[in-house]
Amino acid sequence: MASLQSNDFELFDVPVQFGQDSAALDARWKELQREAHPDKFAAQGAAAQRLAMQWSVRINEAYQRLKNPLKRAMYLCELHGAPIEAESNTAMPPEFLVQQMHWREALEDAEGIAHLEAIADQAITSKREQLSKIEHSLDREKNFPAAAQQVRSLMFIERFGSEIDARIDSLGQ
Amino acid sequence: MALLQLSEPGQTPDPHQRRIAVGIDLGTTHSLVASVRNGVAECLPDAQGRVLLPSVVRYALDPAGAVTREIGFDALSVQLDDPKNTIASVKRLMGRGMQDIVSRAQLPYELVDKPGMVAVRTVAGEKSPVEVSAEILATLRYRAEDTFNDDIFGAVITVPAYFDDAQRQATKDAAHLAGIKVLRLINEPTAAAIAYGLDNASQGVYAIYDLGGGTFDISILRLSQGVFEVVATGGDSALGGDDYDRALVDWVLVKTGLAADTLTAGDKAALLQAARASKEALSAMDSVAFSARLVRANIQFDMKAADFEAATASLTQRTLTAVRKALRDAQLGKDDVQGVVLVGGSTRMPQVRRAVAGFFGREPLTNLNPDEVVALGAAVSANQLAGNHSGNDLLLLDVIPLSLGIETMGGLVERIVPRNQTIPTAMAQDFTTYQDGQTALALHVVQGERDLVADCRSLARFELRGIPPMVAGAARIRVTFTVDADGLLSVSAKEQGSGVEARIDVKPSYGLSDDDIARMLQESFSTAQQDMQARALAEAQVDADRMLLATQSALAADGDLLVADEKLEIDRLMAELSSTRQQGDAAQIEAAVKALADATENFAAQRMNRGIRQALAGKNIATV
Repeated sequence: MASLQSNDFELFDVPVQFGQDSAALDARWKELQREAHPDKFAAQGAAAQRLAMQWSVRINEAYQRLKNPLKRAMYLCELHGAPIEAESNTAMPPEFLVQQMHWREALEDAEGIAHLEAIADQAITSKREQLSKIEHSLDREKNFPAAAQQVRSLMFIERFGSEIDARIDSLGQ
Repeated sequence: MALLQLSEPGQTPDPHQRRIAVGIDLGTTHSLVASVRNGVAECLPDAQGRVLLPSVVRYALDPAGAVTREIGFDALSVQLDDPKNTIASVKRLMGRGMQDIVSRAQLPYELVDKPGMVAVRTVAGEKSPVEVSAEILATLRYRAEDTFNDDIFGAVITVPAYFDDAQRQATKDAAHLAGIKVLRLINEPTAAAIAYGLDNASQGVYAIYDLGGGTFDISILRLSQGVFEVVATGGDSALGGDDYDRALVDWVLVKTGLAADTLTAGDKAALLQAARASKEALSAMDSVAFSARLVRANIQFDMKAADFEAATASLTQRTLTAVRKALRDAQLGKDDVQGVVLVGGSTRMPQVRRAVAGFFGREPLTNLNPDEVVALGAAVSANQLAGNHSGNDLLLLDVIPLSLGIETMGGLVERIVPRNQTIPTAMAQDFTTYQDGQTALALHVVQGERDLVADCRSLARFELRGIPPMVAGAARIRVTFTVDADGLLSVSAKEQGSGVEARIDVKPSYGLSDDDIARMLQESFSTAQQDMQARALAEAQVDADRMLLATQSALAADGDLLVADEKLEIDRLMAELSSTRQQGDAAQIEAAVKALADATENFAAQRMNRGIRQALAGKNIATV
């Protein structure tokens, strides 16, 4: 039974796993917001509004975490006792670090939108590969510490992706 | 033709059950009020049959020295005679400091730099943009009350999606000042989508391109079964039809060789009026006679549509840049967009229509009147929020338009709530102290997308005091940002170890304090027309009716959740509130409303839990 203390998966009544049907999450989110959104209680007292606000905030929070693969993976690791702790745990496989250095050099040297978009494509491909590794660790092998390590790598890739986006933005496209 | 409605004997609807709820489009150039009547949203006309109210207020002194006001067409008609005291486009000043107003040199009236928000210097004294907006809102409120011959229950007021916290707060303050209960602030593009979505039963991704008098908004919405999900929003809160007028004036000055600094306030107003008239005429014609009578010269020449288009091309381009950015934020391409809706009077300009059609590769929808569509959508939303409408519920899932964060070391912004996050939302981040023994922490709340605090809008400052002395970095201070469904922010900070707390509703630096509001209420002419006490009583009675109705319907739906004692207590408090309501003491009614609200709090929580459970159960049945 759902309460404000339920975890995200319980609240959305979906299996506790990485693989999720994103259309189902969207539909579920809207269903839950239909019940809990403060607008539904606009004609009622302040107490009902306050409660509705708490529920609605909680539903949005869970939805943000469930629909974003990186956040969902981090959350699953934490639920299974393998927290990410990105600040204190910065050890990375050497080959990953070498690849990161190559990318960064390429980004520094990149000129023009075509160059940047080519790098962005590489980052997207790499992200997709990393996500499928994470799904394997979480849903098949149930190896949460291994998944946590893969999530930390994914965080590097995502940060790199947003740096590329910032560069593309700065070109005013 | 509307049919007379007959009720079953003994089932006559209680007149109090029908709540008059209105939608108000508080626009830069025009404002409108609309309401749902007989199931159809329509704009309410004034006594002369006009639905548009020019958003113009003129202050003057009568021979006895008392302040008088003209609002709407009356003010517009004297604008050229008294430009300094006639305030148009006040929406551009809402929640804005002096440095935010780039075009101030061209304004015919004089601004005064005030902390937080500018004011306008008039013969009647310095007027805050909130007061001026309240005059417009009060005029619309009276129009609605005259139409229905009843008090209004509440209003949905629209704001540009791109309005920041300060601008939203200023709008809400203006409504308060005008004696209007705000059911919700909704974004103008969302309101437009409601108006279109209901009429056309549209599904899919829609782009709402809203170019008003003073603001530009682009919203990307996903529509499905009555759910209006804003996926991304963007725009420019200082770009609108006014800028097209000004660009045209600049072009005329260059063409005629007149220097801007030789113009009087009257000249500026005359040029702007002529520019606006030409712009409007060029929506239907290829050329028009531009004519303005100035103190030193008369200007007259033939203006071609192509000249106008060239003089304003950079403005149209700026809107398309914002459209591209919103699509990128939504992670959608142009091809994903199934329809484009044009909103705002400025989308009547042919060059704007062509540019939008060219960008999306499809003809935009324009079948609803672009001036009215926002007010109509707001009316539909208001009707539902007031509880008049059952079934076929709308659900608006809006986003926050600009990122929120706090200042960290070195004048940098740490983002806490990213833009385009669905609201309501609460997000937290942990911070720590940087000196040994530090017992207080100053928090500076900012809004904007830039990395430097100096480039963002400052919303509020507050302090967390009483942190126990610890070594640097040992304290763990959790700062939580809560944004409600109207997009308004409150911030709290708590030291996790000691539990020391501080919180603030973000108002001080850009909003008005409660004292300011109280003073303005006292001074306000429009609202003083009614006796303050009578108004307080009427408001308390409306609150009481609302509370009684809500409790009755809650009991009817979910009374089984209560044990006998709880039910008895609630019945007793309802009876007490009903009798207090008749006695006519506002304070007592408020106390009785509060008592009932407190007593039903637990009941409300149980009902909400049941609602959520039912939503979950519904899914289980469907998937079995």
